[in-house]
Amino acid sequence: MSLYQNLLEALESLNANKLRSMLTVLGIVIGVSAVIAMLSIGRGARASITSQIESIGTNLIYVTPGSFRQGGIASAAGTAGTLTIEDANALASQAGVVAVAPEVDGRVQISYLGQNSNTRVVGVTPSYQDVRNLTLADGAFISDSNQVAHSSVVVLGSAVATNLFSSTAGVVGQSVRLGGQPFRVIGVLDSKGGSGFFNQDDQIFVPLSTAQTRLVGNERFRGANVINQISVEAASSNDVPQVVNNVTELMRSRHRTVPGADDFTVTSQQDALGAATQVTDTLTIFLGGIAGISLAVGGIGIMNIMLTSVTERTREIGLRKAIGARRRDILLQFLVESMVLSLLGGLIGVAFGWLIAHLIGSVQLGGSTIKPVVGLDSVLLATLFSMAVGLFFGIYPATRAARLLPVEALRYE
Amino acid sequence: MIEASELTKTYHMGSVEVQALRGVSFRIERGEAVAIMGQSGSGKSTLMSILGCLDLPTSGQYFLDGKNTAALNDDELATIRNRKIGFVFQQFNLLPRATVLRNVELPLLYAGMNDSQVRKEGRQRAEAILNSVGLGDRLNHRPSELSGGQQQRAAIARALTNEPDMILADEPTGNLDSHTGAEIMNLLIGLNQSRGLTLVIVTHDATIAAQTQRIIRLRDGLIETDQS
Repeated sequence: MSLYQNLLEALESLNANKLRSMLTVLGIVIGVSAVIAMLSIGRGARASITSQIESIGTNLIYVTPGSFRQGGIASAAGTAGTLTIEDANALASQAGVVAVAPEVDGRVQISYLGQNSNTRVVGVTPSYQDVRNLTLADGAFISDSNQVAHSSVVVLGSAVATNLFSSTAGVVGQSVRLGGQPFRVIGVLDSKGGSGFFNQDDQIFVPLSTAQTRLVGNERFRGANVINQISVEAASSNDVPQVVNNVTELMRSRHRTVPGADDFTVTSQQDALGAATQVTDTLTIFLGGIAGISLAVGGIGIMNIMLTSVTERTREIGLRKAIGARRRDILLQFLVESMVLSLLGGLIGVAFGWLIAHLIGSVQLGGSTIKPVVGLDSVLLATLFSMAVGLFFGIYPATRAARLLPVEALRYE
Repeated sequence: MIEASELTKTYHMGSVEVQALRGVSFRIERGEAVAIMGQSGSGKSTLMSILGCLDLPTSGQYFLDGKNTAALNDDELATIRNRKIGFVFQQFNLLPRATVLRNVELPLLYAGMNDSQVRKEGRQRAEAILNSVGLGDRLNHRPSELSGGQQQRAAIARALTNEPDMILADEPTGNLDSHTGAEIMNLLIGLNQSRGLTLVIVTHDATIAAQTQRIIRLRDGLIETDQS
């Protein structure tokens, strides 16, 4: 019997038991739509994290101090005061390096009239603005003359400005106190839209020289001022691996260290991107896997209903065999039926999953939304997987039907 | 064309062995009309299953057109059932969801006809056969919309679809009233006489059996009498 004829028979038989067929299909619909929704949310999370990291710049390289060692005991990475302003100056002349921004940071109490908050203060040079792609909502960034003069000026992140002044407008020119000392606001940054544990808008910037002398203290190492981090901007993201190598080599020769015993760490924004996408990919696989379980449960539903159907139609199978159906005819008939069920569930499930993904995408989650991405590949995956489920769970009932002995099937009551 | 020699059939019902046939031998020539009679439990249904290639004997040999059926595999037996044998059952065994026309086309689908052939010749042939059994105006009815006699006519039409050599009828009038039963018997006997189809009818009804040329009586798995 041809596939087309089998399809007609399958539709006729499913139509005869509408409610039962619909409930069976529902199992697959739930499974497939869960897979589609979960995968698309995972993809969306990945895309949103990636774009946040890329907004900082993909051609960034960070040099941070290694861990502080004393008597063979290592403290946390970044605690050793081994980076100096001299290192930063040396890095600036490397090939492929566009700009270098040394920084020191600490926490400080900022107050304006009755309002105050605790925030991260970063001492930076003027190059920091370009390296970190910072744009100003109002005013100006820290200038060379501020740096030279150790000026008491500050640039506020948008969240800080909003906290203290309830607005980002009209803030420039105001005087705030940082740890009790008066500072003049010279600029307010645009929002970077960051969220989570590290909010890029919740920090303030002062000249590096001012920070070292008056805010976060001034350690010295090998006769130069210690800094906490050096941001290096490569000419393009393609140059990043080469620049990472060059920077590492130069730092090793300056600090007289050997690989494995470095007192500094070089990481690129691409590493951070890689780590973040790895996390979201794991999350996606995890969510998809859980959704896949519900698809398997739906498949068991198909198997259950097909077994019932084979038993109910034993006489029909006997009759078909009596008028000339071969084993493979019966096998194909029941396989087609289970695959029609699962494919139908798959198609409805794709539509339904797409809908769920977009509903979730429109819900605000912790101040940011995840824009779900329904890829063609996840649609294909879910559809093919649901067909495979139909095939897999249909084989046993269909084989059972095909193996029935005609004489016994005909006499079945 | 049918040759049975020393057929036996033993069923195992748990630990009990039931000997349904204990050595049955006979020949039926092409074009004969034969009734197989016997009490229930005499083995007539078992014999019918073996003659119809629905089951194989435990021992003994069954030749159909000179071919030993014991040597055939499942698919070859299915082909013989499809091409050479038409079955008529007591309970009609029509597919309840399919139309009469579809039921009659079904053997063609299993005979390997492709879709376009089925739509053209298949449909024509099924319609012609249904006309010949008097159901020309019931083509698109479902079995449940037909009377018992009409359902049995549809079943006979289905048996004729692949132009078999032999009709095997198992109590064909068992579910019908006597008047309708007589009509069905006339139809079957008519097919035997006009087309030369071999007709084997299993029945316990003497008036039905009397319409055939030859009666084989079974008793406890053995042939009691075989009279022409």
